[in-house]
Amino acid sequence: MTETAHQVATAAGTMPSVADLERMYWVMVTTTLADSRAQQEAKAGKLQAAFYPVRGMEAVCAALGAVLEPRDRLVSTYRNLGDVVAKGVPLKSIVAELYGRVDGVSKGKGGPMHLQDDEVGMTATTGVVGSGLPIAAGLGIAAQLDGDGKVVAVTFGDGATSIGAYHEGMNMAALWQLPVLFICQNNRWAEHTPLADYTAAPEFAQRAASYGMTARKVDGFDPIASWRALSEAVQAIRSGGGPVFLEFETYRLTGHTGTADYSYVPKDELARAMTRDPAPNFRTWLIDQGLVAAERLDAIEQEAESAVAEAFAFGAARPQPDVDQLHEDVFADKKLVLDLL
Amino acid sequence: MTTLQTATAVETEKMSAAVAMNSALDLAMAKDDKVVLLGEDIADPIGGVFKVTKGLSTKYGKGRVRATPIAEQSIVGAAVGLALGGYRPVAEIMFCDFLTLASDQLVNHAAKLRYMSGGQSSVPLTVRTVVGNSRFGAQHAQSLEAWFMHTPGIKVVMASTPTEAKGLLTSCVFDDDPCLFIEHIHLEYTNKEEVPTGEVTIPLGTAAIKRPGSDVTVITYGPAVPWSLQAAETLAEEGISVEVIDLRTLVPLDLETVLESVGRTRRAVVAHEATQFCGPGAELAARITEELFGELEAPVTRVGATYAPIPFAKSLRAIPDADDLVDAVRRITGQ
Repeated sequence: MTETAHQVATAAGTMPSVADLERMYWVMVTTTLADSRAQQEAKAGKLQAAFYPVRGMEAVCAALGAVLEPRDRLVSTYRNLGDVVAKGVPLKSIVAELYGRVDGVSKGKGGPMHLQDDEVGMTATTGVVGSGLPIAAGLGIAAQLDGDGKVVAVTFGDGATSIGAYHEGMNMAALWQLPVLFICQNNRWAEHTPLADYTAAPEFAQRAASYGMTARKVDGFDPIASWRALSEAVQAIRSGGGPVFLEFETYRLTGHTGTADYSYVPKDELARAMTRDPAPNFRTWLIDQGLVAAERLDAIEQEAESAVAEAFAFGAARPQPDVDQLHEDVFADKKLVLDLL
Repeated sequence: MTTLQTATAVETEKMSAAVAMNSALDLAMAKDDKVVLLGEDIADPIGGVFKVTKGLSTKYGKGRVRATPIAEQSIVGAAVGLALGGYRPVAEIMFCDFLTLASDQLVNHAAKLRYMSGGQSSVPLTVRTVVGNSRFGAQHAQSLEAWFMHTPGIKVVMASTPTEAKGLLTSCVFDDDPCLFIEHIHLEYTNKEEVPTGEVTIPLGTAAIKRPGSDVTVITYGPAVPWSLQAAETLAEEGISVEVIDLRTLVPLDLETVLESVGRTRRAVVAHEATQFCGPGAELAARITEELFGELEAPVTRVGATYAPIPFAKSLRAIPDADDLVDAVRRITGQ
């Protein structure tokens, strides 16, 4: 794509700007690196936490980060690293929270399953599969009552499509035409069970459409296709079009947790998915299209590498919360808690 | 604003608890446009199966008073979302038994989000629900308040009079933490009293001495208050002076009032309609024993529902009444 053709496409809203492309690449590389590092630390016993890798989903996360505004709200799950990086949560605060340290985004009291940062609209993450959907519906009601065009996005894996909360949240959002963007990050595994073994109706977009909302399936390994679908959806929702459901087809490139056995995954399937590893493929594409020069991409990679190294050094070195934090924030008023002890 | 303690010459009207709570919600919605209601059948013309929200959707519109699908998980989940989005939602769960369907949102989310977020999130939601044997059978009758007392991060409130229902519900709506407000099916309509027509608030965590006495303290709340007072009346005729404390809120818990009273009477019975085994009375009995062991004249006794689902047949009685309490008091006073 020539520079001019790209400018025309950007103006038409069919392509991200160069700045957005670079930022998306940064999110993808940072997520890939931080994810691998967290897995290493977990395997080495240095990060004593349940960490859920996001490898394979980097493109969807990066594209989402590029289309949401800071005021838009995001509700995520425990497989959230890509989401929180993309939404703009500072990396040091993320990693300190992974370690349960006082400088973590939730003062070390939430942990990796509950990364949250109100400053950037990272409103909640849940450790319970599917529970984010009804919460997003409620945030959608709030946004609808506010009437200011905010969008609420909620991410979840394909495994969430089986649980009751999923159905209830989707039905409510469609019923009241709530400004909610449902993002199914389909990595084809529900914990350790493959898609074919847990549903006879694997066409999630089709199922979503039957609730009475716009729904479509997108190639989640492709950051540009993802960006386009998300961008269109956010525009439609912002202008009052009601909820949209997008299913992003990806593949989980690592085990369920940072330390889990992954030998049961069919080798050929995994190898095929690996050829689509989002960050390296995006790099090649950006260079081939003449949109971002190799040197610039090298610089972004170096920046990401040092940011990740610095964040892990920071996180591991910071102190754990003081014992007086134990009863803080159970209720707004700590005295009520002390009275019960 | 009226706090009960300072109420003087305020305008009142005769109200049932259902009407008093309707007034509380009406005033809260008029005062703060962030107050939003949601629940099954709560919009007009039905106005809720217990009529507590009657007229409010007509007055405030269906944007703020939302009749929901029959889907408890999303009712409470949406209330969590609304609260995170800066609103003060009041969700109605038709029967306490159906909290089982919403308990993930209440227990895992509402109660924990402030804590897990290191204080970033407030979840100022109120869940209103109803308990009491209602001739529907065992799935529409359970008093599950102990489950939620056992979950750090959620306040548990039960009123026993129309005025207190109004005052406590108002306090719940404007509280910055999640509150479970449990109503009783028989108290909704049966007792009527003069209730202030303006706003009433009762601070959460303040028990009320409903009848002073000197021989034994009965600690109770919600639907057990009327029959505890009835038992006290019977016992007075026998020369036993019973002090009746209405806890009004179970979390936070006004132990100070309880311990002061038992310190005087040196005998205590805890009475409630929840299952006695592992019920709220177990915690109270333990607390009283820990604090006042040397001063007690008798072991702390409990009167609660027996260990069985609530039976349908009238010949089978699981929930205690005034007679059971009278017996218990007689036992510990050596009568």
